[in-house]
Amino acid sequence: MTDKSLSTSLLALALIFGAVQTHAATAEEKGLTIAIEADRRDTGFVDQTADLTMELRNKQGDTSTRYIHIKTLEVTGDGDKSLSIFEQPADVSGTAFLSFSHAKKPDEQWLYLPALKRVKRINSNNKSGPFMGSEFAYEDLASQEIEKYTYKYIKDEIVNGVDSFVIERAPTYEHSGYTRQLIWLNKAEYRPEKIEFYDRKNSLLKTLSYSGYQQYLNQFWRPDKMTMANHQTEKSTVLTWKNYAFKTGLDERDFSQNALKRAR
Amino acid sequence: MRTCPFWTSLLLCCSSVTAGELDLSGNVDIQWRGFAHNATFPEQHNAATSVSLEPELYFDLDKGYENIVFTPFYRYDQYDDKRSHGDIRELYWQKVYDQFQLRAGISKVYWGVTESIHLVDIINQTDQVENVDGEDKLGQPMIFYSTEQDWGLLDVFVLPGFRTRTFAGIKGRPRFPFAINGDAAIYESADREHHVDYALRLFKYLGDWEVGLSYFKGTGREPESYRPVSFDSGGNPTEFAPYYAQIDQLGVTVQALINAWTWKLEAISRRSSVQRFNALAAGFEYTLVGIQDSNTDLGIVIEYLYDQRDTPISNPTLPVPATFQNDLTTAFRFAFNDIQSSEILIGLITDLDNHAVASFIEASRRLGSSFKAELELRTFNNTRPGQPLDSFRNDDFIQLSLAWYF
Repeated sequence: MTDKSLSTSLLALALIFGAVQTHAATAEEKGLTIAIEADRRDTGFVDQTADLTMELRNKQGDTSTRYIHIKTLEVTGDGDKSLSIFEQPADVSGTAFLSFSHAKKPDEQWLYLPALKRVKRINSNNKSGPFMGSEFAYEDLASQEIEKYTYKYIKDEIVNGVDSFVIERAPTYEHSGYTRQLIWLNKAEYRPEKIEFYDRKNSLLKTLSYSGYQQYLNQFWRPDKMTMANHQTEKSTVLTWKNYAFKTGLDERDFSQNALKRAR
Repeated sequence: MRTCPFWTSLLLCCSSVTAGELDLSGNVDIQWRGFAHNATFPEQHNAATSVSLEPELYFDLDKGYENIVFTPFYRYDQYDDKRSHGDIRELYWQKVYDQFQLRAGISKVYWGVTESIHLVDIINQTDQVENVDGEDKLGQPMIFYSTEQDWGLLDVFVLPGFRTRTFAGIKGRPRFPFAINGDAAIYESADREHHVDYALRLFKYLGDWEVGLSYFKGTGREPESYRPVSFDSGGNPTEFAPYYAQIDQLGVTVQALINAWTWKLEAISRRSSVQRFNALAAGFEYTLVGIQDSNTDLGIVIEYLYDQRDTPISNPTLPVPATFQNDLTTAFRFAFNDIQSSEILIGLITDLDNHAVASFIEASRRLGSSFKAELELRTFNNTRPGQPLDSFRNDDFIQLSLAWYF
């Protein structure tokens, strides 16, 4: 999932720094410590498959639905690999999207177009672009590696009745559509309850709300529903997750170029 | 697998929903073409309608690791009896093993990186009656072995059986200035269409770079020349047949992602018993993400096309010259990233030697959840007698199509 050695040494450094200095950790140190703990708790799922329904809603309330099957492979020492296979709308059925997330270098992405049997490598400068016409940008759906942001603890706050840490994080990668994000992390379970996204002009752009959390394998919390509301366009996208499965036996070969071309 | 009558299953049971191990999807497309000028030849019409059907049956035998795919295709054209045609686009069995995968049957494979022409892509024959852009392909019988290793992706093909290119009939439009009977094909090989061809390709990602090297040996997909097969009472040819030579072709593809730039190169070197030539396409696509604070991406495509075969057509029995021997493609791709996945590609291919210009617009938009509307416009300007594009000089057309996906 993440570069463990780096995370651990950063944590150790933060602790040593805290011990040597007699005062409490800075807001940045506390933010990073919380992010590392959240990452630690979500490590070890090995692989995951799920069915995703994406409902796009415009200002007038018209809706459009997409069905996507997603396979994810946890990669030790780097970002996760994922393969998304589109099932609906029917004209894009069979289109597949392969993504290798990386902690320190730009993610690698490929799109398979079944009508032409063609694989197109996607330039990583498209991070801020909408995924399938939705309110989710590519970067919102990418695997969230610790090194992709800098962190700052802001305060504790109760959100939706849940006692949460409020952390501000700023992307360290290029081509992000955001200056910063505010993330509300459940204090007991270290899972996100809400994220606010601030655009390049630092205005509030979108709010993502998580609901219907369930715990799998006595460890991993996954939401049944994620709602992204765009405050500037008044459009929204609701993701509904079903059929989560873990440790299904996927390996590297299920995320290869040939796997992309035969994806169904 | 559900057991329901075919039409019931088509309409009710299985529309794109996995029914046990069987999945049926596909599309029906109605298309209309209107031409801007009166036809060059008296047999042709100024507008034509056609309908196509392409269902796909997918049988999953082992969680995606073993499957059978069947994709028949049929088009009915109002006037052109050659454009009314059927094909088995795919009918293959595929199995994924630990270290390799194997496919046997009729299938389609694509090689390439450039947008305006597809020099390196050679496994499948072009279904030329579908469109003049050469992007529609006929199903090719093959045994296809593929292995992915640390050193790259190796694909090996044994190709038993050759597909002849489709050509418009005399009522078809656009078409060549002489009638071509694709079924009367003439072959260099004594094995004719039963010649077994071989191909292999090695492909490797090197960070933001990708390199593909390919080799093909067998019956060339592109007719090398056209030979008269029918004559009138005065001994003048009335019909020609394509001549397919035995060729060796080396191909190279290179692509590099550098910031917003995608640099592309395709090059081939082809040798037959009568000619040897090189050709290349090279350029870039520069992408502006979210122009004017919108969700729209703008891609600027520039590609230079070169081909050593640049002799003019003086006689169809001589080797066919290249259409793009020294040309420049300039195109703009707008991807609106909206709910309807709207896209527009607009561009020109300019001949740098004689200033002939082929222009094109391709636009598409989803309607509701299962329809897609497409508009295509092609014009051919400044052509001169003797140039390959000159036979299309009166064939500027607009094409509207509406497809239902199931």
